[in-house]
Amino acid sequence: MLLVQFLLLSSVLFCIGIYGVLARKNGVMVLMSIELILNAVNINLVAFGTMTNNIAGEVFALFVIAIAAAEVGVGLAIVLLIFRNRSSVDLSSIDSMKG
Amino acid sequence: MIDAFSSAFGLLASSGAFERPPIDWHAVAPELCLLGGGALLTLIDVIWLEKGRSITSALAGIVMLIPLIPILTLAIDSEDRSMFKGAFVVDKYSLIIKALFLLSGYLVVLLSTNYIAEGEYWENEYYGMLISSVLGMVLMASARDLITIFVALELLSIPAYLLAAWRKKDHKSNEAGLKYYLMGVFASAIMLYGMSLIFGVSGSTILEEINESIASGGANTPVITLGITFVIIGFGFKVSAFPFHTWAPDTYEGAPTPVTAFLAVASKAAGFVALMNLVVIGFIGQEDVFQPLIWILAALSMTAGNVMALRQTNIVRLMAYSGIAQAGFMLAPLAVAGEGPAIADKAVSAVVTYLVIYAAMNIGAFGIILAVSRKTKSADLESYNGLFRTSPSLAIVMTVFLASLAGIPPLGGWYAKFSVFTSLTSASTNWGYGLAVVAAINAVIAFGYYGKIAMRMWVEDPHETHVGEVKVPVSLLTALVLTAGTTIAFGVAPGIVTHFTDVSLIAFGG
Repeated sequence: MLLVQFLLLSSVLFCIGIYGVLARKNGVMVLMSIELILNAVNINLVAFGTMTNNIAGEVFALFVIAIAAAEVGVGLAIVLLIFRNRSSVDLSSIDSMKG
Repeated sequence: MIDAFSSAFGLLASSGAFERPPIDWHAVAPELCLLGGGALLTLIDVIWLEKGRSITSALAGIVMLIPLIPILTLAIDSEDRSMFKGAFVVDKYSLIIKALFLLSGYLVVLLSTNYIAEGEYWENEYYGMLISSVLGMVLMASARDLITIFVALELLSIPAYLLAAWRKKDHKSNEAGLKYYLMGVFASAIMLYGMSLIFGVSGSTILEEINESIASGGANTPVITLGITFVIIGFGFKVSAFPFHTWAPDTYEGAPTPVTAFLAVASKAAGFVALMNLVVIGFIGQEDVFQPLIWILAALSMTAGNVMALRQTNIVRLMAYSGIAQAGFMLAPLAVAGEGPAIADKAVSAVVTYLVIYAAMNIGAFGIILAVSRKTKSADLESYNGLFRTSPSLAIVMTVFLASLAGIPPLGGWYAKFSVFTSLTSASTNWGYGLAVVAAINAVIAFGYYGKIAMRMWVEDPHETHVGEVKVPVSLLTALVLTAGTTIAFGVAPGIVTHFTDVSLIAFGG
């Protein structure tokens, strides 16, 4: 069945996204990796929804897309703020608080 | 043109695809009040500009209190209401939680009034964000469906990311916002992946239907296990459970202090509410999966939070680690919730009791931290040296909050811990008793750092630069009186709180 291929694709995307979040030091790259995870979620939802003929999957995916857009808007605003104050978006240099 | 419309309508009508589900306006009245209030606040800012500034905080406080009226009428009506095939439920449990969020929101407005007005921040937008975040929490209390839970979670989180980074020019606040944002979004992405797997296996987004279809397990057990694990890990970030707590101390330290109080109480409570909805309604039939996971999270959070709190020198960071330990206590009852319906009810009641009492004592403690840092301009533990000599009333009230957080009778925190212990032992399983022992040991460790602050206040000499009395503005004083009063009242007469928190999640509909 085709579902397995979709799930494999989404799990590969998910793993790449997790790797990106953990390994990348650039704020924008981390944001993009999070987008990859969210797209893996969307593929899953649409694949499951189509398989079970359940519209809720597609609706859920639409909600995820809309909210991810809002989230990235806020995230880019915060990254931009940091770039203005520090002229860098290198996450490893953002460590003024410890303990 | 008209033909095109009518044919389109004809198409819709003939397929019978969409029929608007009935909406119970009374049930959504609290959310609508908040929405309207938030919009009104923004309009006033747009129309009156600077002239509106002076009333914004008072108005925000009123907006937080108005939804209590429909909540009261719904409570008097005492009828469980359910909409959209059970995706949105109003019952006693959700009403109590809604009232808790609104009152915490009101207290945070009281804490913010002077802080935000004196700091040249964006006042109106600040309160707008706060109201929008509380709206998400209030919605979360009624959410019984994956999509609703997700939307409510984002509605409460996205404004909170902005609030944490509110001091735009301050590096620490930027850092607080960024860390909170990245961790929060990462967590919700993982949680969504888990939700998508659960949706795939169960074929439904409604929690009750999910429970019916996954309770039996069967061939899809590995996928269900993976899904539940991802969802719980996602909420582990939200409630700052160890080992997903790393953002909490930095965010709490960098964010403006009233926002820290908001994150530590309301945002954390919202995470617990979502977790309870999911675990107790949706996953209850899969107790082999979620119980060990929550057990480990609870035991680790309590121990690690307390041990790391011992070596903190900044009071906000100390409160962050203490909050991690308290989160462990609140997770504990859920680790035995799958043993049976009666025990699940008891666990939910214990968590709700803990949340209510924790909100009062923690917001109060942050109120004192705000008052002291107004004068000393620092959050170092040294600022508390000799507080009893410079401003005795503040020292006494702070001692009340600390003793309550540590769980000393007859203060509220004692009863909160007691209800957690009874819920753990009522399960009569070795796992339950084991966790109760871990919790008891941790309750003792916690005395170490709460006592350290109390000692500094009562015994040590004041720092030479902080000799004068700490002045407390009216709104902050109101918040302190309210929280101290509730903390003491809940401890002396726990009946007040159990009268409200004796709730059940399973009784409705199943």
